[in-house]
Amino acid sequence: MIREIQNEDPKKLAEFEAKINAGEKIEPKDWMPELYRKQLIRMMSQHAHSEVVGMLPEGNWITRAPSLRRKLILLAKVQDEAGHGLYLYNSTETLGVDRGELINQLLQGKAKYSNIFNYPTLTWADIGVIGWFVDGAAMVNQTMLAKCSYGPYSRAMIRITKEEAFHNRQGYELIAQLCAGTPEQKKMAQDAVNRWWFPSLMMFGPPDDQSPNSEILMRWKIKTETNDQLRQRFINMTVPQANARGLTLPDPDLKYNPETKNWEYGKLNWEEFFAVINGKGICNKERIDARIKAHEEGRWVREAALAHSMKKQSIN
Amino acid sequence: MSNNISNGKDDLFELCLRLGDDCLILGQRLSEWCGHAPILEEDIAMTNIALDLLGQAISLYKYACELEGKGRTEDDLAYFRSSLEFRNSKLVEQPNGDFAVTILRQFIFDSYSYFLYDELKNSADSTIAAIAAKSHKEIKYHLRHSSEWIIRLGDGTEESHNRMNKAVNELWRFSGELFEMDDLSKRLFENGYFPNLSVIYDKWKIYIKDIFEKATLELPSNEIFMQTGGRSGNHTEHLDYILAVMQILPRSFPQAKW
Repeated sequence: MIREIQNEDPKKLAEFEAKINAGEKIEPKDWMPELYRKQLIRMMSQHAHSEVVGMLPEGNWITRAPSLRRKLILLAKVQDEAGHGLYLYNSTETLGVDRGELINQLLQGKAKYSNIFNYPTLTWADIGVIGWFVDGAAMVNQTMLAKCSYGPYSRAMIRITKEEAFHNRQGYELIAQLCAGTPEQKKMAQDAVNRWWFPSLMMFGPPDDQSPNSEILMRWKIKTETNDQLRQRFINMTVPQANARGLTLPDPDLKYNPETKNWEYGKLNWEEFFAVINGKGICNKERIDARIKAHEEGRWVREAALAHSMKKQSIN
Repeated sequence: MSNNISNGKDDLFELCLRLGDDCLILGQRLSEWCGHAPILEEDIAMTNIALDLLGQAISLYKYACELEGKGRTEDDLAYFRSSLEFRNSKLVEQPNGDFAVTILRQFIFDSYSYFLYDELKNSADSTIAAIAAKSHKEIKYHLRHSSEWIIRLGDGTEESHNRMNKAVNELWRFSGELFEMDDLSKRLFENGYFPNLSVIYDKWKIYIKDIFEKATLELPSNEIFMQTGGRSGNHTEHLDYILAVMQILPRSFPQAKW
Protein backbone atom coordinates (compact mmCIF):
# COMPACT_ATOMS: atom_id res chain seq x y z
CA MET A 1 0.00 0.00 0.00
CA ILE A 2 1.17 3.51 -0.79
CA ARG A 3 2.69 5.12 2.29
CA GLU A 4 0.72 8.33 2.06
CA ILE A 5 -2.64 6.64 2.42
CA GLN A 6 -1.70 4.42 5.35
CA ASN A 7 -3.04 6.95 7.82
CA GLU A 8 -6.42 7.31 6.16
CA ASP A 9 -9.49 5.81 7.85
CA PRO A 10 -9.74 2.35 6.21
CA LYS A 11 -13.54 2.34 6.22
CA LYS A 12 -13.82 5.74 4.55
CA LEU A 13 -11.11 4.82 2.09
CA ALA A 14 -12.94 1.62 1.17
CA GLU A 15 -16.18 3.52 0.63
CA PHE A 16 -14.38 6.12 -1.44
CA GLU A 17 -12.77 3.50 -3.65
CA ALA A 18 -16.03 1.57 -4.00
CA LYS A 19 -17.71 4.73 -5.21
CA ILE A 20 -14.99 5.31 -7.78
CA ASN A 21 -15.13 1.72 -8.95
CA ALA A 22 -18.88 2.03 -9.38
CA GLY A 23 -18.20 4.92 -11.76
CA GLU A 24 -19.61 7.62 -9.48
CA LYS A 25 -18.08 11.08 -9.34
CA ILE A 26 -16.43 12.52 -6.26
CA GLU A 27 -17.77 15.98 -5.47
CA PRO A 28 -16.09 18.80 -3.49
CA LYS A 29 -17.94 18.12 -0.23
CA ASP A 30 -17.40 14.34 -0.32
CA TRP A 31 -14.75 12.72 1.81
CA MET A 32 -11.50 12.10 -0.08
CA PRO A 33 -8.01 10.94 0.88
CA GLU A 34 -5.50 13.75 1.27
CA LEU A 35 -3.38 12.25 -1.47
CA TYR A 36 -6.33 12.40 -3.90
CA ARG A 37 -6.81 16.06 -3.05
CA LYS A 38 -3.09 16.75 -3.34
CA GLN A 39 -2.72 15.04 -6.70
CA LEU A 40 -5.77 16.83 -8.10
CA ILE A 41 -4.55 20.22 -6.92
CA ARG A 42 -1.21 19.49 -8.55
CA MET A 43 -2.72 18.39 -11.86
CA MET A 44 -5.52 20.94 -12.09
CA SER A 45 -3.37 23.91 -11.14
CA GLN A 46 -0.66 22.79 -13.56
CA HIS A 47 -3.37 22.66 -16.17
CA ALA A 48 -4.62 26.16 -15.29
CA HIS A 49 -1.07 27.56 -15.31
CA SER A 50 -0.48 25.95 -18.70
CA GLU A 51 -3.47 27.73 -20.17
CA VAL A 52 -2.25 31.06 -18.84
CA VAL A 53 1.42 30.66 -19.76
CA GLY A 54 0.29 29.24 -23.10
CA MET A 55 -1.22 32.61 -23.95
CA LEU A 56 2.29 34.05 -24.24
CA PRO A 57 3.82 32.14 -27.18
CA GLU A 58 0.60 32.48 -29.15
CA GLY A 59 -0.19 36.02 -28.08
CA ASN A 60 3.24 36.79 -29.50
CA TRP A 61 1.75 36.49 -33.01
CA ILE A 62 -1.63 38.22 -32.66
CA THR A 63 -0.26 41.59 -33.73
CA ARG A 64 1.47 39.94 -36.71
CA ALA A 65 -1.30 37.62 -37.91
CA PRO A 66 -1.16 37.86 -41.71
CA SER A 67 -4.86 38.33 -42.45
CA LEU A 68 -7.76 39.84 -40.55
CA ARG A 69 -9.50 36.48 -40.50
CA ARG A 70 -6.44 34.78 -38.97
CA LYS A 71 -6.16 37.59 -36.47
CA LEU A 72 -9.79 37.06 -35.42
CA ILE A 73 -9.27 33.32 -35.04
CA LEU A 74 -6.06 33.69 -33.05
CA LEU A 75 -7.53 36.34 -30.75
CA ALA A 76 -10.56 34.15 -30.14
CA LYS A 77 -8.33 31.17 -29.44
CA VAL A 78 -6.12 32.97 -26.95
CA GLN A 79 -9.22 34.36 -25.31
CA ASP A 80 -10.53 30.80 -24.98
CA GLU A 81 -7.30 29.89 -23.24
CA ALA A 82 -7.64 32.71 -20.73
CA GLY A 83 -11.19 31.46 -20.15
CA HIS A 84 -9.96 27.90 -19.65
CA GLY A 85 -7.38 29.16 -17.17
CA LEU A 86 -10.02 31.00 -15.18
CA TYR A 87 -12.41 28.05 -15.25
CA LEU A 88 -9.68 25.67 -14.13
CA TYR A 89 -8.52 27.94 -11.31
CA ASN A 90 -12.12 28.07 -10.13
CA SER A 91 -12.44 24.29 -10.36
CA THR A 92 -9.20 23.89 -8.38
CA GLU A 93 -10.56 26.22 -5.71
CA THR A 94 -13.25 23.59 -4.98
CA LEU A 95 -10.42 21.60 -3.40
CA GLY A 96 -9.79 24.27 -0.77
CA VAL A 97 -6.97 26.38 -2.23
CA ASP A 98 -7.33 29.86 -3.64
CA ARG A 99 -6.24 31.30 -6.92
CA GLY A 100 -3.83 33.79 -5.38
CA GLU A 101 -1.99 30.98 -3.62
CA LEU A 102 -1.78 28.94 -6.81
CA ILE A 103 -0.50 31.90 -8.83
CA ASN A 104 2.16 32.59 -6.21
CA GLN A 105 3.33 28.99 -6.54
CA LEU A 106 3.68 29.50 -10.29
CA LEU A 107 5.55 32.78 -9.95
CA GLN A 108 7.90 31.35 -7.33
CA GLY A 109 8.73 28.42 -9.56
CA LYS A 110 7.11 25.93 -7.18
CA ALA A 111 4.38 24.85 -9.60
CA LYS A 112 4.90 23.57 -13.10
CA TYR A 113 3.10 24.28 -16.34
CA SER A 114 3.20 22.37 -19.60
CA ASN A 115 6.77 22.20 -20.77
CA ILE A 116 5.73 22.79 -24.35
CA PHE A 117 5.35 26.52 -23.71
CA ASN A 118 9.04 26.85 -22.98
CA TYR A 119 9.66 26.50 -26.70
CA PRO A 120 9.66 29.67 -28.81
CA THR A 121 7.20 30.57 -31.59
CA LEU A 122 9.60 31.58 -34.34
CA THR A 123 7.39 31.87 -37.41
CA TRP A 124 3.73 32.18 -38.27
CA ALA A 125 3.66 28.44 -39.04
CA ASP A 126 4.32 27.79 -35.34
CA ILE A 127 0.84 29.12 -34.63
CA GLY A 128 -0.59 26.50 -36.95
CA VAL A 129 1.49 23.70 -35.53
CA ILE A 130 0.63 24.65 -31.95
CA GLY A 131 -3.05 24.33 -32.84
CA TRP A 132 -2.53 21.10 -34.71
CA PHE A 133 -0.03 19.31 -32.43
CA VAL A 134 -0.24 20.99 -29.05
CA ASP A 135 -4.00 21.44 -28.94
CA GLY A 136 -4.38 18.06 -30.61
CA ALA A 137 -2.35 16.46 -27.82
CA ALA A 138 -4.32 18.45 -25.25
CA MET A 139 -7.54 17.22 -26.81
CA VAL A 140 -6.45 13.56 -26.57
CA ASN A 141 -5.39 14.05 -22.97
CA GLN A 142 -8.50 15.98 -21.98
CA THR A 143 -10.90 13.57 -23.64
CA MET A 144 -9.49 11.02 -21.21
CA LEU A 145 -9.65 13.49 -18.30
CA ALA A 146 -13.30 14.16 -19.06
CA LYS A 147 -13.88 10.71 -17.52
CA CYS A 148 -11.96 11.71 -14.40
CA SER A 149 -13.47 10.62 -11.07
CA TYR A 150 -13.44 14.16 -9.69
CA GLY A 151 -16.69 15.85 -10.78
CA PRO A 152 -15.55 19.47 -11.20
CA TYR A 153 -12.45 18.50 -13.20
CA SER A 154 -14.43 16.12 -15.37
CA ARG A 155 -17.04 18.77 -16.16
CA ALA A 156 -14.35 21.39 -16.88
CA MET A 157 -12.73 18.97 -19.31
CA ILE A 158 -15.97 18.24 -21.15
CA ARG A 159 -16.45 21.93 -21.74
CA ILE A 160 -12.84 22.75 -22.57
CA THR A 161 -12.28 19.83 -24.94
CA LYS A 162 -14.96 21.10 -27.28
CA GLU A 163 -12.98 24.29 -27.74
CA GLU A 164 -9.69 22.43 -28.08
CA ALA A 165 -11.20 20.51 -30.99
CA PHE A 166 -11.85 23.83 -32.72
CA HIS A 167 -8.31 24.99 -31.96
CA ASN A 168 -6.91 21.79 -33.36
CA ARG A 169 -8.89 22.15 -36.59
CA GLN A 170 -7.97 25.79 -37.16
CA GLY A 171 -4.29 24.91 -36.64
CA TYR A 172 -4.39 22.11 -39.17
CA GLU A 173 -6.28 24.30 -41.60
CA LEU A 174 -3.66 27.05 -41.21
CA ILE A 175 -0.90 24.54 -41.98
CA ALA A 176 -2.84 23.11 -44.92
CA GLN A 177 -3.06 26.61 -46.36
CA LEU A 178 0.71 27.06 -46.01
CA CYS A 179 1.34 23.68 -47.63
CA ALA A 180 -0.79 24.69 -50.59
CA GLY A 181 1.04 28.00 -50.85
CA THR A 182 4.38 29.38 -51.98
CA PRO A 183 7.71 27.54 -51.49
CA GLU A 184 8.51 29.88 -48.59
CA GLN A 185 5.24 29.01 -46.91
CA LYS A 186 5.83 25.27 -47.32
CA LYS A 187 9.30 25.64 -45.89
CA MET A 188 7.89 27.53 -42.94
CA ALA A 189 5.37 24.76 -42.28
CA GLN A 190 7.94 21.96 -42.52
CA ASP A 191 10.34 23.79 -40.25
CA ALA A 192 7.67 24.27 -37.59
CA VAL A 193 6.72 20.58 -37.84
CA ASN A 194 10.37 19.63 -37.36
CA ARG A 195 10.73 21.72 -34.25
CA TRP A 196 7.40 20.91 -32.56
CA TRP A 197 6.92 17.20 -33.21
CA PHE A 198 9.05 15.70 -30.46
CA PRO A 199 8.23 18.31 -27.81
CA SER A 200 4.53 17.67 -28.55
CA LEU A 201 4.95 13.91 -28.06
CA MET A 202 6.62 14.60 -24.73
CA MET A 203 3.59 16.59 -23.57
CA PHE A 204 2.04 13.29 -22.48
CA GLY A 205 4.71 12.93 -19.83
CA PRO A 206 7.42 10.35 -19.22
CA PRO A 207 7.06 6.74 -20.38
CA ASP A 208 4.85 4.60 -18.14
CA ASP A 209 7.76 2.88 -16.41
CA GLN A 210 9.19 6.27 -15.37
CA SER A 211 6.00 8.02 -14.39
CA PRO A 212 5.95 8.28 -10.60
CA ASN A 213 2.34 9.37 -10.16
CA SER A 214 0.66 7.09 -12.67
CA GLU A 215 -0.24 4.14 -10.45
CA ILE A 216 -2.32 5.98 -7.88
CA LEU A 217 -3.85 8.27 -10.54
CA MET A 218 -5.10 5.22 -12.43
CA ARG A 219 -6.29 3.44 -9.30
CA TRP A 220 -8.46 6.43 -8.38
CA LYS A 221 -9.52 7.00 -11.96
CA ILE A 222 -8.13 10.51 -12.06
CA LYS A 223 -6.54 9.15 -15.20
CA THR A 224 -7.98 6.20 -17.04
CA GLU A 225 -5.23 5.69 -19.60
CA THR A 226 -1.46 5.79 -19.37
CA ASN A 227 0.94 8.35 -20.83
CA ASP A 228 2.15 5.90 -23.47
CA GLN A 229 -1.37 4.91 -24.52
CA LEU A 230 -2.35 8.54 -24.99
CA ARG A 231 0.87 9.33 -26.84
CA GLN A 232 0.22 6.44 -29.21
CA ARG A 233 -3.33 7.62 -29.88
CA PHE A 234 -2.08 11.11 -30.73
CA ILE A 235 0.57 9.74 -33.08
CA ASN A 236 -1.93 7.49 -34.86
CA MET A 237 -4.25 10.45 -35.31
CA THR A 238 -1.58 12.87 -36.54
CA VAL A 239 0.67 10.86 -38.87
CA PRO A 240 -1.96 10.45 -41.62
CA GLN A 241 -2.76 14.17 -41.36
CA ALA A 242 0.89 15.05 -41.94
CA ASN A 243 1.11 12.62 -44.85
CA ALA A 244 -1.98 14.13 -46.45
CA ARG A 245 -0.23 17.51 -46.61
CA GLY A 246 3.10 16.20 -47.85
CA LEU A 247 4.83 17.04 -44.57
CA THR A 248 7.60 14.85 -43.18
CA LEU A 249 7.62 14.09 -39.48
CA PRO A 250 11.20 14.27 -38.20
CA ASP A 251 11.39 10.65 -37.01
CA PRO A 252 13.20 8.21 -39.34
CA ASP A 253 11.95 5.28 -37.26
CA LEU A 254 8.29 6.10 -37.73
CA LYS A 255 6.59 3.09 -39.37
CA TYR A 256 3.16 1.54 -39.52
CA ASN A 257 2.59 -1.81 -37.89
CA PRO A 258 -0.38 -3.42 -39.67
CA GLU A 259 -0.88 -5.96 -36.87
CA THR A 260 -1.21 -3.51 -34.00
CA LYS A 261 -2.48 -0.76 -36.33
CA ASN A 262 -0.09 1.58 -34.55
CA TRP A 263 2.47 3.97 -35.92
CA GLU A 264 5.65 2.91 -34.13
CA TYR A 265 8.02 5.70 -33.27
CA GLY A 266 11.68 6.19 -32.45
CA LYS A 267 13.37 7.08 -29.21
CA LEU A 268 12.33 10.32 -27.55
CA ASN A 269 14.96 12.60 -26.11
CA TRP A 270 13.93 12.58 -22.46
CA GLU A 271 17.19 14.15 -21.42
CA GLU A 272 16.20 17.28 -23.28
CA PHE A 273 12.69 17.07 -21.85
CA PHE A 274 13.94 16.99 -18.26
CA ALA A 275 16.52 19.70 -18.98
CA VAL A 276 13.80 22.01 -20.31
CA ILE A 277 11.39 21.14 -17.50
CA ASN A 278 14.12 22.00 -15.02
CA GLY A 279 14.60 25.46 -16.42
CA LYS A 280 17.14 25.06 -19.21
CA GLY A 281 14.79 25.78 -22.12
CA ILE A 282 15.23 28.90 -24.19
CA CYS A 283 12.01 30.48 -22.94
CA ASN A 284 11.55 29.27 -19.34
CA LYS A 285 12.88 32.47 -17.86
CA GLU A 286 11.10 34.67 -20.38
CA ARG A 287 7.73 33.06 -19.71
CA ILE A 288 7.92 33.30 -15.94
CA ASP A 289 9.44 36.79 -16.10
CA ALA A 290 6.53 37.89 -18.27
CA ARG A 291 4.05 36.49 -15.75
CA ILE A 292 5.89 38.10 -12.83
CA LYS A 293 6.02 41.43 -14.65
CA ALA A 294 2.27 41.31 -15.40
CA HIS A 295 1.59 40.40 -11.78
CA GLU A 296 3.82 43.12 -10.32
CA GLU A 297 2.68 45.83 -12.69
CA GLY A 298 -0.93 44.86 -12.09
CA ARG A 299 -0.65 45.05 -8.31
CA TRP A 300 -1.76 48.68 -8.05
CA VAL A 301 -4.77 47.90 -10.26
CA ARG A 302 -5.87 45.00 -8.07
CA GLU A 303 -5.32 47.08 -4.93
CA ALA A 304 -7.38 49.94 -6.37
CA ALA A 305 -10.23 47.60 -7.32
CA LEU A 306 -10.23 46.16 -3.81
CA ALA A 307 -10.05 49.58 -2.15
CA HIS A 308 -12.91 50.83 -4.29
CA SER A 309 -15.15 47.88 -3.52
CA MET A 310 -14.45 48.33 0.22
CA LYS A 311 -15.47 52.00 -0.04
CA LYS A 312 -18.68 51.01 -1.80
CA GLN A 313 -19.48 48.39 0.83
CA SER A 314 -18.98 50.83 3.66
CA ILE A 315 -21.33 53.33 1.99
CA ASN A 316 -24.06 50.75 1.48
CA MET B 1 -27.40 47.01 -51.23
CA SER B 2 -27.46 50.50 -49.93
CA ASN B 3 -29.66 53.14 -51.37
CA ASN B 4 -28.70 56.64 -52.37
CA ILE B 5 -24.93 56.16 -52.52
CA SER B 6 -24.30 57.30 -56.06
CA ASN B 7 -23.62 60.90 -55.09
CA GLY B 8 -21.55 60.20 -52.05
CA LYS B 9 -19.63 57.01 -52.73
CA ASP B 10 -16.23 58.56 -52.25
CA ASP B 11 -17.31 60.28 -49.07
CA LEU B 12 -18.80 57.10 -47.71
CA PHE B 13 -15.64 55.20 -48.60
CA GLU B 14 -13.65 57.74 -46.58
CA LEU B 15 -16.10 57.44 -43.71
CA CYS B 16 -15.66 53.66 -43.64
CA LEU B 17 -11.91 54.14 -43.45
CA ARG B 18 -12.16 56.64 -40.60
CA LEU B 19 -14.43 54.37 -38.59
CA GLY B 20 -12.73 51.13 -39.58
CA ASP B 21 -9.17 52.34 -39.02
CA ASP B 22 -10.08 53.51 -35.50
CA CYS B 23 -11.36 50.00 -34.74
CA LEU B 24 -8.43 48.15 -36.30
CA ILE B 25 -5.68 50.22 -34.69
CA LEU B 26 -7.29 50.24 -31.26
CA GLY B 27 -7.89 46.49 -31.53
CA GLN B 28 -4.26 46.04 -32.46
CA ARG B 29 -3.14 48.05 -29.43
CA LEU B 30 -5.45 46.13 -27.09
CA SER B 31 -4.18 42.79 -28.33
CA GLU B 32 -0.67 43.79 -27.25
CA TRP B 33 -1.97 43.28 -23.69
CA CYS B 34 -2.85 39.66 -24.32
CA GLY B 35 -1.25 37.55 -21.58
CA HIS B 36 0.04 40.60 -19.68
CA ALA B 37 -3.09 42.03 -18.03
CA PRO B 38 -3.30 42.86 -14.31
CA ILE B 39 -5.78 40.01 -13.74
CA LEU B 40 -6.94 37.10 -15.85
CA GLU B 41 -10.44 38.55 -16.09
CA GLU B 42 -8.96 41.57 -17.86
CA ASP B 43 -7.05 39.37 -20.30
CA ILE B 44 -10.44 37.99 -21.23
CA ALA B 45 -12.18 41.37 -21.32
CA MET B 46 -9.52 43.11 -23.38
CA THR B 47 -9.21 40.33 -25.94
CA ASN B 48 -12.97 40.30 -26.15
CA ILE B 49 -13.11 44.02 -26.89
CA ALA B 50 -10.25 43.66 -29.38
CA LEU B 51 -12.26 40.91 -31.11
CA ASP B 52 -15.36 43.11 -31.34
CA LEU B 53 -13.32 46.01 -32.71
CA LEU B 54 -11.67 43.79 -35.27
CA GLY B 55 -15.06 42.45 -36.34
CA GLN B 56 -16.34 46.02 -36.74
CA ALA B 57 -13.26 46.97 -38.78
CA ILE B 58 -13.82 44.00 -41.10
CA SER B 59 -17.48 44.95 -41.73
CA LEU B 60 -16.54 48.54 -42.45
CA TYR B 61 -13.63 47.60 -44.73
CA LYS B 62 -15.76 45.15 -46.66
CA TYR B 63 -18.28 47.87 -47.31
CA ALA B 64 -15.50 50.32 -48.23
CA CYS B 65 -14.24 47.85 -50.84
CA GLU B 66 -17.74 47.41 -52.21
CA LEU B 67 -18.18 51.18 -52.50
CA GLU B 68 -14.81 51.56 -54.15
CA GLY B 69 -15.48 48.79 -56.65
CA LYS B 70 -11.85 48.23 -57.55
CA GLY B 71 -11.66 44.64 -56.36
CA ARG B 72 -9.67 45.40 -53.23
CA THR B 73 -10.39 43.31 -50.13
CA GLU B 74 -10.51 44.13 -46.43
CA ASP B 75 -7.04 42.62 -46.09
CA ASP B 76 -5.70 44.92 -48.80
CA LEU B 77 -6.96 47.88 -46.82
CA ALA B 78 -5.39 46.64 -43.60
CA TYR B 79 -2.12 45.32 -44.93
CA PHE B 80 -1.27 47.30 -48.03
CA ARG B 81 -1.84 50.91 -47.07
CA SER B 82 0.89 53.12 -45.63
CA SER B 83 0.47 55.28 -42.55
CA LEU B 84 -0.28 58.32 -44.74
CA GLU B 85 -3.34 56.48 -46.02
CA PHE B 86 -4.66 55.53 -42.59
CA ARG B 87 -7.53 57.66 -41.32
CA ASN B 88 -7.70 56.73 -37.66
CA SER B 89 -7.64 59.31 -34.91
CA LYS B 90 -4.36 59.91 -33.15
CA LEU B 91 -5.90 58.77 -29.87
CA VAL B 92 -6.18 55.10 -30.79
CA GLU B 93 -2.58 54.72 -31.92
CA GLN B 94 -1.14 55.97 -28.62
CA PRO B 95 0.95 53.38 -26.77
CA ASN B 96 -0.70 51.26 -24.07
CA GLY B 97 1.28 52.85 -21.24
CA ASP B 98 0.13 51.55 -17.88
CA PHE B 99 -3.35 50.17 -17.30
CA ALA B 100 -4.62 53.68 -16.45
CA VAL B 101 -3.58 54.98 -19.88
CA THR B 102 -5.09 51.98 -21.66
CA ILE B 103 -8.37 52.29 -19.77
CA LEU B 104 -8.63 56.03 -20.27
CA ARG B 105 -7.89 55.72 -24.00
CA GLN B 106 -10.59 53.06 -24.15
CA PHE B 107 -13.03 55.15 -22.13
CA ILE B 108 -12.63 58.25 -24.31
CA PHE B 109 -13.09 56.11 -27.40
CA ASP B 110 -15.97 53.97 -26.08
CA SER B 111 -17.97 56.98 -24.91
CA TYR B 112 -17.40 58.76 -28.23
CA SER B 113 -18.39 55.64 -30.22
CA TYR B 114 -21.39 55.00 -28.02
CA PHE B 115 -23.04 58.31 -28.88
CA LEU B 116 -21.76 58.34 -32.45
CA TYR B 117 -22.97 54.84 -33.36
CA ASP B 118 -26.27 55.47 -31.65
CA GLU B 119 -26.82 58.21 -34.26
CA LEU B 120 -25.25 56.25 -37.11
CA LYS B 121 -28.03 53.69 -36.67
CA ASN B 122 -30.19 56.31 -38.41
CA SER B 123 -27.77 56.95 -41.26
CA ALA B 124 -29.33 57.46 -44.68
CA ASP B 125 -26.99 54.74 -45.86
CA SER B 126 -28.60 51.45 -44.92
CA THR B 127 -25.36 49.45 -44.73
CA ILE B 128 -23.75 51.97 -42.39
CA ALA B 129 -26.95 51.96 -40.35
CA ALA B 130 -26.92 48.16 -40.13
CA ILE B 131 -23.24 47.98 -39.15
CA ALA B 132 -23.85 50.70 -36.56
CA ALA B 133 -26.82 48.89 -35.07
CA LYS B 134 -24.82 45.70 -34.63
CA SER B 135 -21.74 47.50 -33.32
CA HIS B 136 -23.70 49.63 -30.91
CA LYS B 137 -24.78 46.56 -28.95
CA GLU B 138 -21.13 45.63 -28.47
CA ILE B 139 -20.03 49.19 -27.67
CA LYS B 140 -22.55 49.34 -24.83
CA TYR B 141 -20.62 46.59 -23.06
CA HIS B 142 -17.27 48.18 -23.84
CA LEU B 143 -18.43 51.45 -22.36
CA ARG B 144 -19.75 49.81 -19.23
CA HIS B 145 -16.42 48.04 -18.80
CA SER B 146 -14.24 51.12 -19.25
CA SER B 147 -16.56 53.40 -17.22
CA GLU B 148 -16.45 51.01 -14.27
CA TRP B 149 -12.68 50.92 -14.39
CA ILE B 150 -12.41 54.72 -14.55
CA ILE B 151 -14.47 54.92 -11.36
CA ARG B 152 -12.53 52.13 -9.64
CA LEU B 153 -9.14 53.56 -10.49
CA GLY B 154 -10.08 57.19 -9.90
CA ASP B 155 -11.74 56.40 -6.59
CA GLY B 156 -9.47 53.51 -5.59
CA THR B 157 -6.12 54.18 -3.91
CA GLU B 158 -3.95 57.27 -3.90
CA GLU B 159 -1.64 55.61 -6.40
CA SER B 160 -4.41 54.67 -8.80
CA HIS B 161 -5.90 58.15 -8.52
CA ASN B 162 -2.52 59.74 -9.34
CA ARG B 163 -1.98 57.39 -12.25
CA MET B 164 -5.39 58.30 -13.64
CA ASN B 165 -4.56 61.99 -13.41
CA LYS B 166 -1.31 61.39 -15.21
CA ALA B 167 -3.15 59.48 -17.94
CA VAL B 168 -5.62 62.35 -18.32
CA ASN B 169 -2.74 64.81 -18.74
CA GLU B 170 -1.20 62.58 -21.35
CA LEU B 171 -4.24 61.69 -23.43
CA TRP B 172 -6.70 64.53 -23.19
CA ARG B 173 -5.07 66.45 -26.04
CA PHE B 174 -6.14 63.65 -28.40
CA SER B 175 -9.85 63.81 -27.52
CA GLY B 176 -10.72 66.90 -29.58
CA GLU B 177 -9.95 65.29 -32.91
CA LEU B 178 -12.78 62.82 -32.48
CA PHE B 179 -15.35 65.61 -32.71
CA GLU B 180 -13.91 67.73 -35.51
CA MET B 181 -16.36 68.63 -38.24
CA ASP B 182 -14.14 68.94 -41.29
CA ASP B 183 -15.42 69.36 -44.87
CA LEU B 184 -15.96 65.64 -45.32
CA SER B 185 -17.94 65.33 -42.09
CA LYS B 186 -20.02 68.32 -43.07
CA ARG B 187 -20.88 66.86 -46.48
CA LEU B 188 -21.71 63.50 -44.90
CA PHE B 189 -23.90 65.30 -42.39
CA GLU B 190 -25.69 67.30 -45.07
CA ASN B 191 -26.46 64.12 -46.98
CA GLY B 192 -27.85 62.44 -43.87
CA TYR B 193 -25.13 59.81 -43.65
CA PHE B 194 -23.48 61.09 -40.53
CA PRO B 195 -24.50 63.05 -37.43
CA ASN B 196 -23.35 66.48 -36.42
CA LEU B 197 -20.35 65.79 -34.21
CA SER B 198 -20.91 68.87 -32.10
CA VAL B 199 -24.18 67.31 -30.95
CA ILE B 200 -22.32 64.07 -30.17
CA TYR B 201 -19.75 66.13 -28.29
CA ASP B 202 -22.39 67.68 -26.03
CA LYS B 203 -23.80 64.27 -25.10
CA TRP B 204 -20.30 62.90 -24.61
CA LYS B 205 -19.33 65.78 -22.34
CA ILE B 206 -22.32 65.21 -20.06
CA TYR B 207 -21.56 61.50 -19.82
CA ILE B 208 -17.86 61.78 -19.08
CA LYS B 209 -18.48 64.58 -16.58
CA ASP B 210 -20.75 62.26 -14.65
CA ILE B 211 -18.26 59.37 -14.69
CA PHE B 212 -15.36 61.64 -13.75
CA GLU B 213 -17.34 62.94 -10.80
CA LYS B 214 -18.02 59.42 -9.62
CA ALA B 215 -14.33 58.70 -10.06
CA THR B 216 -13.38 61.82 -8.05
CA LEU B 217 -11.38 63.00 -11.06
CA GLU B 218 -11.32 66.47 -12.52
CA LEU B 219 -12.00 67.17 -16.16
CA PRO B 220 -9.25 69.16 -17.84
CA SER B 221 -10.05 72.72 -18.79
CA ASN B 222 -11.47 73.56 -22.19
CA GLU B 223 -8.35 75.57 -23.05
CA ILE B 224 -6.19 72.49 -23.53
CA PHE B 225 -4.49 72.47 -26.94
CA MET B 226 -5.92 69.69 -29.09
CA GLN B 227 -3.88 67.57 -31.47
CA THR B 228 -5.28 66.87 -34.91
CA GLY B 229 -4.33 65.44 -38.29
CA GLY B 230 -5.06 61.71 -38.03
CA ARG B 231 -8.18 61.91 -40.18
CA SER B 232 -6.12 63.32 -43.05
CA GLY B 233 -3.24 60.87 -42.62
CA ASN B 234 -0.83 62.87 -40.50
CA HIS B 235 -0.23 60.64 -37.55
CA THR B 236 2.05 60.44 -34.54
CA GLU B 237 5.32 58.55 -34.76
CA HIS B 238 3.66 55.50 -33.29
CA LEU B 239 1.48 54.46 -36.21
CA ASP B 240 4.26 53.44 -38.54
CA TYR B 241 5.61 51.02 -35.95
CA ILE B 242 2.16 49.53 -35.46
CA LEU B 243 1.86 49.01 -39.20
CA ALA B 244 5.41 47.65 -39.50
CA VAL B 245 4.52 44.89 -37.05
CA MET B 246 1.03 44.26 -38.36
CA GLN B 247 1.92 44.21 -42.06
CA ILE B 248 5.21 42.32 -41.91
CA LEU B 249 4.03 38.98 -43.32
CA PRO B 250 1.80 40.06 -46.22
CA ARG B 251 4.37 42.66 -47.25
CA SER B 252 7.25 40.18 -47.06
CA PHE B 253 5.40 37.55 -49.07
CA PRO B 254 3.04 39.49 -51.33
CA GLN B 255 2.21 36.40 -53.42
CA ALA B 256 1.16 34.32 -50.45
CA LYS B 257 -2.36 33.57 -49.25
CA TRP B 258 -2.83 32.96 -45.56
